Amino acid sequence: MAERRGVLARGLTGWAFAGPATLLVVGLSIFPTVWAFLISRTRWNGIAIPRPLGWANYRLMAEDPELWDSVRHTFVLTALFVPSSILGGMTVAIALSQQVRLIKFYRTCIFVPFVASSAATGILASYVFNPQFGTANELLRRIGLPPQQFLEDPRQVLVVICLIALWGQIGFTAVVYLARLQDRPKDLIEAAMVDGAGRFRILWHIIVPELRPVTVFMVVWQTITALQLFDLVYTTTRGGPLSSSTTIVYYVFELAFQTRRYGYGSAVAYGLFAVTMVLTVGTILYSRRSKVEAF
Amino acid sequence: MSAVRPGRRRLLPFSPWHLLLMPLSLVFVFPLVQMVLTSFMTSADINRFPPRLIPATLSLDGYRELFAQSNILQWLLNTVIVSTASIAGHMILCSLAGYGFARLRFAGRTPAFFAIIATVMVPIQLLMIPTFLMFSRLGITDTLAAAFVPWLASAFGIFLMRQFFLSLPKELEEAAKLDGCGPFRTFYSIVLPLAKPALATLAIFTLLGSWNDLVWPLIAISDDRFYTLQVGLTTFQGTRRTQFEQLMAGNVVATMPLIIGFVLAQRWFVASMAFTGVTR
Repeated sequence: MAERRGVLARGLTGWAFAGPATLLVVGLSIFPTVWAFLISRTRWNGIAIPRPLGWANYRLMAEDPELWDSVRHTFVLTALFVPSSILGGMTVAIALSQQVRLIKFYRTCIFVPFVASSAATGILASYVFNPQFGTANELLRRIGLPPQQFLEDPRQVLVVICLIALWGQIGFTAVVYLARLQDRPKDLIEAAMVDGAGRFRILWHIIVPELRPVTVFMVVWQTITALQLFDLVYTTTRGGPLSSSTTIVYYVFELAFQTRRYGYGSAVAYGLFAVTMVLTVGTILYSRRSKVEAF
Repeated sequence: MSAVRPGRRRLLPFSPWHLLLMPLSLVFVFPLVQMVLTSFMTSADINRFPPRLIPATLSLDGYRELFAQSNILQWLLNTVIVSTASIAGHMILCSLAGYGFARLRFAGRTPAFFAIIATVMVPIQLLMIPTFLMFSRLGITDTLAAAFVPWLASAFGIFLMRQFFLSLPKELEEAAKLDGCGPFRTFYSIVLPLAKPALATLAIFTLLGSWNDLVWPLIAISDDRFYTLQVGLTTFQGTRRTQFEQLMAGNVVATMPLIIGFVLAQRWFVASMAFTGVTR
């Protein structure tokens, strides 16, 4: 009896600590996730009575050219952004781990864009890359290159958005790499130098392998960042010109909050959820198999 | 790598790393400098060809128009309220939950913790529609609550605090228990004072996230008086696409508090960023 009272009291205390936060976090994600699935099997504008459709919304996805365009844009953006943010972040971190003068100043400069919101970054970028008044074209003009349309050119827009995203994210990637570099094995590097290994070989055979767990983590993290890129698209192009920068997330936003197609919007969101899951789990399994302990 | 190697001639009077770091720093900082400079330019200076990079005269037109034409001060106040509520929520709820998951044994602990970690996988666009509907049924759309309720606690915050409490030695808490302290007393007067570094990391993470959040307030708030800075800026942008002195003035108001905070407390910001990346 006393035993059971003890278990009960412990349970109450435990839940008194963990309950409120658990309720909020789980309630604001698991419950909406289930609800979104129910919505995705209906036709609904949020006002009228939802009409059950079964799997029709999911079948519709296969033959929706706008969706496949947005998938393609998202894919291009991810393929540009993930490798460049990782290579860039690693390079910057290695440079910032050197003991040279002004290093604190350099670190401040490179990290500071990370604290600017994506909305402010997007608005700033729409000025910098403005074809008429922007600095980017002014710089091109000064070095004798022809002006570009940047965000207003369907062929350039994704590259420019990727550059803007890199501006904000490289600092973050570099911080994470830098944290790892600062507790790297100094003895190993010194031993290699004594043995006459060149800088490049030290970099390739000691430092890069040392960073592999961070790299695996960063691949997952930045893939999710790229797949979910919304704020920048919203503040630079709103999906234009001619829908050439509509990403999947932006498409879901349009479906839901502009054309009020809640059912179909939820189905598309589920599609993206599935892709994110497959990519995340795939990367984790791959890293497990190749014995990189990132997770 | 900084060891001087004998026999290697130095071509430059300074380390070659400066050749990479100097231009890089410029690329990262220059747009922000330009944002500030442009906010003090006249529209004539901005719209001339070729554009001026440095203002010919300093002008407050951008700010004057911004304050006259928008509710920016209200938005700033709203953002401060939202961020304060978010930070308070995170500090209280996540440290309590983190301690519970780290130290207390109770039925359902493991499944609850796994459920929390699993929520990280759910993308925000899946949550947008049902959360919006839920908020409108609760009647909190067009209130500041819609902006801070999603930020009162997070899986990341709970995880961070749990990891921190796991790293503390248990002896202090056991001693407190022997002295007759209950779990709440132990938590409040023994453990929490030790958690200041973790709480600082958590506070900065929450500040950055809630201050810069666009999606939640954008979908849930349509009344101009309840806009946060980020939503306010994007709607302001929609109405004046090329009045860059005003847009940049708005950007300065929205970003400078965090930029100044970053420069003053860089160590803590970087610790918070690094921890975000250590969550694995």
